[in-house]
Amino acid sequence: MSLTIVADLCTGCSACEPECPNDAISEKKNIFVIDPELCTECEGHYDDPQCLAVCPVDDCIVPLAA
Amino acid sequence: MQSATASYVSIADLKSSHNALATPIETPAPGGGCGTHGGEGKASCGSSGGPDDMPQEIWDKVKNHPCYSEEAHHHYARMHVAVAPACNIQCNYCNRKYDCSNESRPGVVSQKLTPEQAVKKVVAVASEIPQMTVLGIAGPGDSLASPTKTFATFKMLQEQAPDIKLCLSTNGLALPELVDEICKYNIDHVTITINMVDPAVGEKIYPWIFWNHKRVTGYEAAKILHEQQMKGLEMLTARGVLTKINSVLIPGINDEHMIEVNKAVKARGAFLHNIMPLISEPEHGTYFGLNGQRGPTAQELKAVQDACMGGANLMRHCRQCRADAVGLLGEDRSKEFTLDKIEEMEVVYDLDRRRSYQDKVEAERQAQHDAKVEALASQAKIELDENIKVLVAVATKGGGRVNEHFGHVTEFQIFEVSSKEALFVGHRRVDQYCQGGFGDDEQLPSVVRAINDCHAVLVAKIGACPKDELKSAGIEPIDGYVDEFIEKAALSWFADYASRIASGEIVHVARGDAAIRQGAYTAAA
Repeated sequence: MSLTIVADLCTGCSACEPECPNDAISEKKNIFVIDPELCTECEGHYDDPQCLAVCPVDDCIVPLAA
Repeated sequence: MQSATASYVSIADLKSSHNALATPIETPAPGGGCGTHGGEGKASCGSSGGPDDMPQEIWDKVKNHPCYSEEAHHHYARMHVAVAPACNIQCNYCNRKYDCSNESRPGVVSQKLTPEQAVKKVVAVASEIPQMTVLGIAGPGDSLASPTKTFATFKMLQEQAPDIKLCLSTNGLALPELVDEICKYNIDHVTITINMVDPAVGEKIYPWIFWNHKRVTGYEAAKILHEQQMKGLEMLTARGVLTKINSVLIPGINDEHMIEVNKAVKARGAFLHNIMPLISEPEHGTYFGLNGQRGPTAQELKAVQDACMGGANLMRHCRQCRADAVGLLGEDRSKEFTLDKIEEMEVVYDLDRRRSYQDKVEAERQAQHDAKVEALASQAKIELDENIKVLVAVATKGGGRVNEHFGHVTEFQIFEVSSKEALFVGHRRVDQYCQGGFGDDEQLPSVVRAINDCHAVLVAKIGACPKDELKSAGIEPIDGYVDEFIEKAALSWFADYASRIASGEIVHVARGDAAIRQGAYTAAA
């Protein structure tokens, strides 16, 4: 399971990057991407996915379609 | 240089005689800035005084800071570097997606920078514009939500350009835990945006905050933010850091509450209070913009500012600039300093050259100040109706004089004039009416709307057509005081106005309200 950042909605603000406990978020061409191999949706770390909680844009971070 | 500054007046002429509060409010915490001691005549930095009514070390901190000294902003420039894009709260007046380079408002930026790029840019600008004395980090998110980037920038700058003053602005949520870090870098000016001191008001402004690894909403979110803001302000005051409080005036939400905000921040030692109009257009895509929340009119803004005049010093010359602005307040030269242009510049940071240039600026400032004092001293006192107070718009391109063509104005200075005094009360942005020699008839009505609360407009020159239009709107176009000092011209016009009333030639009538310019600032920069 993993979350993903909708590229069209990402403002590149970088708020999510330092919050990720798995270091799964990185910058690519001025926007941010989540590495699905590393993302655990913060299970075992926090109650809520941190990137989702801090992202200023609604629906920018969503579950990765299987 | 020290002795030459001894007789400066820091801010044009905002006297504290308009004390709207019947009694002085709470005793402030010690350690605050000038004029935070309350009472008549002490409101210096936002107001009338200078080094005489504040300790020398505080005067030294503010005298060259364009945001903290109204007088300094005519002579010294500032820049913001956009190294802090992340934010830890959401405000209903902010939309992070919007970036239009023709527009000027906080939170907006065209190009975010790494700390290394930012330092390079600052050094390049400081070499090119020697009167650039202040570097601020104002986002475009919150400077303390990305503390690593913010402080890395400050650290490098301190090493490479030690004469530049450093400041930052923040929403205050992360402030208490970072106050000690702030003090490490000799940051002696901090701006905190405080829109409320009651969480019930705050929950209408802030939908959520990110706090302790959770998104907190509603009343609880506003309560945490409020407590952090007050604590942070108190800590800064205790450490002698000058603070400016920015408040966004939102009609129907915090307008009646603003006096409480003013009292609370003054009591905690705030140095300046800057009450700014909400910028809210649907095309900005903010929650307020999309939901029909309007900004205040000119009269509403002034009424709240006047009501707060007995409290913390008010800043009236704020231009609500972008998080990457460069230049004097009201101008933006950021397009001259984009990353690719900086790459091509040959930059030599010459401290001596900067100092000698700044000495010249000081000499000019002193001369201007002396000339104004002299001009005002020779002004005959007007013995007419003391109760009449009117607003006058002034077309100026600097030097404190009436010296701009009506058609070339992109920003009027507004003075409140009575028989006793002419007080600077703010700016009004307008679209340039005359472009390339021809008046644009579609622009004129918007100019009239922007100064519709004024009785007269003082200009160096004005065409016949706009002259008639202004007259029919009830605003007197006055071009008889070319190159006079503004205050002297305004008082002379007022004497004439009053004598015409006394002789029965005209009848004094109150003016209507004016509109605060919103939307993209497309006038020539």
